[in-house]
Amino acid sequence: MTEAATIPSALDRYEVVIGLEVHAQLLTRSKMFCPCPADYTSAAPNENTCPVCLGLPGVLPVINQQAVEYTVRTALALHCDIPPFTKFDRKNYFYPDLPKGYQISQYDLPLSINGHLEFPVGGETVRCGITRVHLEEDTGTMHHAGDVLQSAMSSLIDLNRCGVPLMEIVGEPDLRAPEAAREYLVRLRQILTYIGVNDGNLEQGSFRCDANISLRPRGAQELGVKVEVKNMNSFRAVQRALESEIERQTSVLDAGGTLVQETRGWVEAHGRTISQRSKEQAHDYRYFPEPDLPPLRLDAAFVERVRATLPELPEARAHRFQEQYGLTAYDAAVLTDTREEADTYEALVGAGVPAKLAANWQSGDVAALANEHRMPLQHSGLGVEGLASLLRLVDSGAINGPTAKELLAELYVAGGNPEALVRDRGLAQVSDTAELTALVDAAIAANPAAAADFRAGKQQALGQLMRSVKEATGGKADMPLVNRLLRDRLSEQ
Amino acid sequence: MPRTISELGIALRDGSTTPRALLAEALAHVERSDKDLNAYLTVTRELAEQQAAAAVHMLEDHPETASPLCGIPMALKDVLCVDGIETTAGSKMLRGFKPPYTGTAVQRLFDAGAVCIGKTNCDEFAMGSSTENSAYGPVGNPWDIERVPGGSSGGSAATVAAGSVPYSLGTDTGGSIRQPAALSGVVGFKPTYGRISRYGLIAFASSLDQIGPFTRTVEDCALVYSAIAGHDPRDSTSDPRAVDDPLASLRAGVAGMRLGIPREYLGEGTEPGVRAAVEAAFRVLEAQGATLQDVSLPSTDVALSVYYIIAPAECSSNLARYDGVRFGNRVERASLTDMYLQTREAGFGNEVKRRIMLGTYALSSGYYDAYYRQAQKVRTLVSQEFDGVFKEVDAIVCPTSPSVAFPMGSRDDPLSMYMCDVVTLPANLAGVPGISVPCGFVDGLPVGLQVIAPRFEDSRVLRVAHAYEQATSFHTVLSPYASEAA
Repeated sequence: MTEAATIPSALDRYEVVIGLEVHAQLLTRSKMFCPCPADYTSAAPNENTCPVCLGLPGVLPVINQQAVEYTVRTALALHCDIPPFTKFDRKNYFYPDLPKGYQISQYDLPLSINGHLEFPVGGETVRCGITRVHLEEDTGTMHHAGDVLQSAMSSLIDLNRCGVPLMEIVGEPDLRAPEAAREYLVRLRQILTYIGVNDGNLEQGSFRCDANISLRPRGAQELGVKVEVKNMNSFRAVQRALESEIERQTSVLDAGGTLVQETRGWVEAHGRTISQRSKEQAHDYRYFPEPDLPPLRLDAAFVERVRATLPELPEARAHRFQEQYGLTAYDAAVLTDTREEADTYEALVGAGVPAKLAANWQSGDVAALANEHRMPLQHSGLGVEGLASLLRLVDSGAINGPTAKELLAELYVAGGNPEALVRDRGLAQVSDTAELTALVDAAIAANPAAAADFRAGKQQALGQLMRSVKEATGGKADMPLVNRLLRDRLSEQ
Repeated sequence: MPRTISELGIALRDGSTTPRALLAEALAHVERSDKDLNAYLTVTRELAEQQAAAAVHMLEDHPETASPLCGIPMALKDVLCVDGIETTAGSKMLRGFKPPYTGTAVQRLFDAGAVCIGKTNCDEFAMGSSTENSAYGPVGNPWDIERVPGGSSGGSAATVAAGSVPYSLGTDTGGSIRQPAALSGVVGFKPTYGRISRYGLIAFASSLDQIGPFTRTVEDCALVYSAIAGHDPRDSTSDPRAVDDPLASLRAGVAGMRLGIPREYLGEGTEPGVRAAVEAAFRVLEAQGATLQDVSLPSTDVALSVYYIIAPAECSSNLARYDGVRFGNRVERASLTDMYLQTREAGFGNEVKRRIMLGTYALSSGYYDAYYRQAQKVRTLVSQEFDGVFKEVDAIVCPTSPSVAFPMGSRDDPLSMYMCDVVTLPANLAGVPGISVPCGFVDGLPVGLQVIAPRFEDSRVLRVAHAYEQATSFHTVLSPYASEAA
């Protein structure tokens, strides 16, 4: 039985209810409550630690102002309300990657509430509520000699990640299909990376997602028993895990069984979820207000200052690209996919490259080269400036398309001045009418059969004549002009 | 006779003594007295010698601007972290633990040229009122070594009472400075919550803990307080407001002041001798020109219950880090859960376990509203009652402890021990400053007078206490261990 076969039939009978919780590390310089660098990937194990993030006796946390700003920035991008009063709480549980025995998080008064995210799924706009965006600290990482801690002979702990600012974005259970869950995540990640608060790396875990999913008979008001799914480290994994859960839950319900509230882990290799923890085994986190940190009061002026740092968001930018540059919805979406992409596009247009030309090249050949070399344009040898100067040569007719393509490929990595190269190598397009007319006449004379065929109405015959002129110019002929001259000549006689 | 900080400061500057000579005297005194008292968990001879050498230079180079504390020996309660010095909090859990950093208040004293001779014994993680809960044995009261010195800062109180050092630091979560000061016959001051940085203080209950000094005189107390008070960017609960100089108003007296006597603080549990000594003290203050009046703090009886919910709740979380994973005691076991359980079973004493369980229960799902949330509401009420009383009077005067020092082992029922703090812990709940100053004796055992003022009126507390002290001579009466040193 395949997923594709079961899910649609299940969806006739059951409504799927999905809510997502995203944990996103903030790109702050230092950790959430101490001055240690927040970049934990490039340091040796336990190098970026201090008494505070090690949770030694006697230490106290100090709130990272930048982390608060980044969270408020995120909240504003997600249309959240920012209450004037917020506080931190302790979430108590024992685990070796949590040195204090509690995580400083936020419980009943988070930094922001009541937001939403809108995005298209299959041609329809889905609006998903954001319950809250709050701020907490990440834990350390463990390396077990074996698969799990309980059966490992030994475990090593690296506390470099411990205390890295972590934002939790809790979505409402407004999603109704795995594709919608995936699109929600794609759009959320796009926004977080756009506003510069998160690097969106699912594999390394700087952007992590847990899903709550339940099924209920179509038309029912009451929610079904919810299952939390963890361990999904790609967008595809999220979609597959949810599809697998729908299948599993459907078969339990169809057989007249009842589901249990539990936490399940996605096992990528087996393509299914396995039970990790039942409701009875759930922790009692004993939340209470963090006595080491006074509550925060965020006044309107602070919120407005943060709002002023918000860049234009992807959706708004795509709309503007359509209106301002006459792009199609598709081109506008592609060119605003990342903030860097959109900035590059506007830099090209700003440097005098016509909007449509810039769009075609950037989303075509340039994107292919960036992918091939795993190097975005702004870090390539050519750079944005170089590309602009190359495209201006195309626009002015100084070089033709094929020449530009070859130059682009050559200069992308190596770099160089396109104008100087065109001059030095004599790559300039041949667009002199008199010169080309002579070559056209020569081509007709040399290919009488093709000329006759064309005159007899065989359009394809023109191709042979054009190739002949192109070869005669070493590929530099202005081919649209050649095309016109050939047609003129052949219709004269 | 042992000299005060003020006297030693003069002697160090007129050349009649040196930091090294004072250090030698202090170490010799500890050598003699501590077999009986057990006030020290660690004697930090090497650190003290380095600090004494540094103090010599500070006094030679800048005799006028050097701190009044420069070159003077002192001791620290063993819940205060010092870089590289074993810091156990009186617990087996932290045997051998050497912090890699020094706390802010301690660092301020070190920067002033203080000479730290050791870490003092205390109730385990500062939980107790007799210092009998130390994993390293009880501390003897210098007035009668069969009796307790009070707690939890019993070692810090006893070493000043014994005359080994002129001052020490303790911590006060529900009375742990003031009560042992009273029972040991010295001055003990708990400043306003937020006045002294808690960075480097091993936490018991974060919203109540406060560092403060033990001294022989109120003036000395003001000197130490001035050196350690003030905002610390490492402690977000430390107050950013500037600290006024308590010495400026220390001698202003109490003439014209309105002093309140909370009738709830002189309840039936107060020993008659304590009541008599404290009432005599009220008359002394009246004679100094103060007006005394009765006031009421009606929530006093429930404050004890509130305290024993909030403090254990915070402690249950603060002590979670002692899990055997990274530092301190660990009992090796095959599974993680067993390692956790056995480490904590073996590492913590009964009182600590009792409070962790109380606090865990109070915060548990289904009980939070009935216990913790309700306790926070009553805490606010307690605080508001102080605010109300301070509209009527400038300060409160009352006993520091309902009893004098009691025999070791005489209070094995936890509840009777908890009652020791009934007149001190409301000040912690409200965050207000309080001091205990010697005010008499009952059968040769000291009694303390407590003075409490509004938040951030630390100078007023010291001023009232100083006026009383200067009008009496109880502070000049020495314990047998201090008299021997003379």
